[in-house]
Amino acid sequence: MPQLLPTDVLFFLTIFGLSGLLIYSLGQTHLRRPWQKVFQSAQAMVSLVILIPYLLVAVADSIRFNPASFEGEMATQAASSEPLSLLDLGLQRLRLSVEKTYSAPLAVELHAREMMRLPDGREIWSTPRLRYGGSHLIDPEGERMADLLRRAMKGLLNGALIWLLLSLPLLVFYVLRTGGGRRPLLEIALGQTRFPWRAVLVAALFLAMMVGVLKEWAAVYHVLGTDKVGADVLYQSLKSIRTGILIGTLTTVATLPLSLLLGILAGYFRGWVDDVIQYLYTTLNAIPGVLLIAAAMLVMQASMARHEAAFQSLSLRADVRLLALCLILGLTSWTGLCRLLRAETLKLRDLEYVQAAKVLGVSQPLILFRHILPNVFHLVLIAVALDFSSLVLAEAVLSYVNIGVDPTTESWGNMINTARLEMAREPVVWWSLASAFGFMLGLVLPANLLADTLRDAFDPRRVS
Amino acid sequence: MSAYILRRLLTTVPLLIGINLLTFVLFFVINTPEDMARMHLGQKHVTQEGMAKWTHERGYDLPLFYNDQAEGLDALRKTIFVEKSLGLFLFRFGHSDAGRDIGADIRQRMGPSLAIAVPSLIVGLLLDISLALLLVFFRLTYLEVWGAALCIFLMSISTLFYIIGGQFLVGKCLQWVPISGYESGLDAIRFIILPVLIGTFAGVGSGVRWYRTLFLEEIEKDYVRTARAKGLSETRVLMVHVLKNAMIPILTVRSMPLISKISRLSAPWFS
Repeated sequence: MPQLLPTDVLFFLTIFGLSGLLIYSLGQTHLRRPWQKVFQSAQAMVSLVILIPYLLVAVADSIRFNPASFEGEMATQAASSEPLSLLDLGLQRLRLSVEKTYSAPLAVELHAREMMRLPDGREIWSTPRLRYGGSHLIDPEGERMADLLRRAMKGLLNGALIWLLLSLPLLVFYVLRTGGGRRPLLEIALGQTRFPWRAVLVAALFLAMMVGVLKEWAAVYHVLGTDKVGADVLYQSLKSIRTGILIGTLTTVATLPLSLLLGILAGYFRGWVDDVIQYLYTTLNAIPGVLLIAAAMLVMQASMARHEAAFQSLSLRADVRLLALCLILGLTSWTGLCRLLRAETLKLRDLEYVQAAKVLGVSQPLILFRHILPNVFHLVLIAVALDFSSLVLAEAVLSYVNIGVDPTTESWGNMINTARLEMAREPVVWWSLASAFGFMLGLVLPANLLADTLRDAFDPRRVS
Repeated sequence: MSAYILRRLLTTVPLLIGINLLTFVLFFVINTPEDMARMHLGQKHVTQEGMAKWTHERGYDLPLFYNDQAEGLDALRKTIFVEKSLGLFLFRFGHSDAGRDIGADIRQRMGPSLAIAVPSLIVGLLLDISLALLLVFFRLTYLEVWGAALCIFLMSISTLFYIIGGQFLVGKCLQWVPISGYESGLDAIRFIILPVLIGTFAGVGSGVRWYRTLFLEEIEKDYVRTARAKGLSETRVLMVHVLKNAMIPILTVRSMPLISKISRLSAPWFS
């Protein structure tokens, strides 16, 4: 029986809503040209290839089951009563193979030396073997490199095979549709197709091979090492994806109705409505964002402490805090879009087709809904895309100063927060920080590139 | 012009009242004094008397907006809103619940915050504009394409990594400057230079990209084409015509981030 937390429900609603909006906009004639531009951009499509796995991980991490409903072995393995997501179940091994403390990426021994008692009673000062990482090796010194290489090769091959299985039907479909023969394939190889087939296929191949190698290695090693309490860093980084994507999407989408409504009303009716709405967002804008978020988070924590009985489960408490953070972040960031929408509506309301509708006696709500709303769609799309990456980055900063997500929630900000102290250790523990860096960059960079293409395609000011 | 300035100055009055009211509602209406008392006295072992004593000592037991037990004007004056919130307009910050003088704290900490924010704003502005001009000068070449790509790359990295990386590299590995702390006078430079450098570097990506867009927008205009047609060199067109006209949006928009830069930069830095 699946068990959904509040943010899971909202996340799925967001995904459905956004995909509905996309499908709607793909059918609109006046938006067809910009969309074509996006689909023909190699930069955007390669970014999409990288973003889709991130999204899949986030979705898999949002489908939860109650461990009590498992039978036999699974139930005993799940130590606590917290619900487990599909991702947790898929990465069961990573989740449960907890070492004693720090260990470097792909290591077979702990990071720090400690006193060990040998079987013959002597005590030596050395690094003990890991419980799980590389425990299948008998002579780690000699075998490790060969084992890593062998597994890497296997992973590469597996990845390439899966890539072939996935892309072959697509290729066949494409070749058949374009008339068959050798010509379409040649065009793909030379990168002359309108849809950037070559770039997408190459990117997908690299991605598949990387995932293949990771999977092979992760089966017996801690690919990105372990943290202070011995938990796998790769598992943490993967779990953090959901937090990042959730904050990036939910925040904008949650406040989208507010900024849409207020922005359009202010621009269309002008007069005192405009004054009030402008006053509202200027006031909110005048308070430094970090301070407002900090204050709101403190207030939220106090009110959660008052209603302690309602938040019995640890995961529910963390989840409500995540949701609150999204809403608070949204409250401080809706003003930008609202201002843009107001300016655009000011422009639209004086155009001939709106004037004509007015003269023909169309009611005002209908004018707003049918004539204004569809024509500010491009602004909404650009805002959602541009805000996404800055929100993912903002989450990290907020968690870093302890006003972000709950400390028990896996997030890149929390990883960085704990890792900054590890940089002062001797020898340096760098892998937590490096993993958070890599995973964040892997999400934010493609998102930025995609947003860039979207803006270029949809912004009417840019004619090129 | 002066009428406009006066009008803008007058609009700050309702704005400040709005901010005051908003923070008041946040801290005293949504977050009741009992909540504060409970947070302060510990969640578990809290009695009704203890909470009442705590709120009374700090004057939080008054009514919010209207005191019906007081006479005349005191009905409005003896309230939390007037005593705690309106005093802020007279720079009466009072004492924090831990007993610190907030006004003195602000005076003391304003110096270091400004000492970091102002130089990093100026250095950042100069660096961003120069780099953006350079990119525009080489527009439609590989230098511009890769420069723009590098900008997106730089702005995809969280500020935290610039801070931690900078502290680690300059402070720990090279040991050129101290990582934290502050001293007044000329000695302050040792403490300021690293935050300023990091603040500048962390903003380079988004800054250069933004200025580049502005310059590119400007460069397509007719007067630039006329200037070129009259035989002016590309350098002169860029430095005199384009830069001067693009300064209008730069100055109007860039004067705002000073405030946000103070709060944004110092938040992760001093924690």
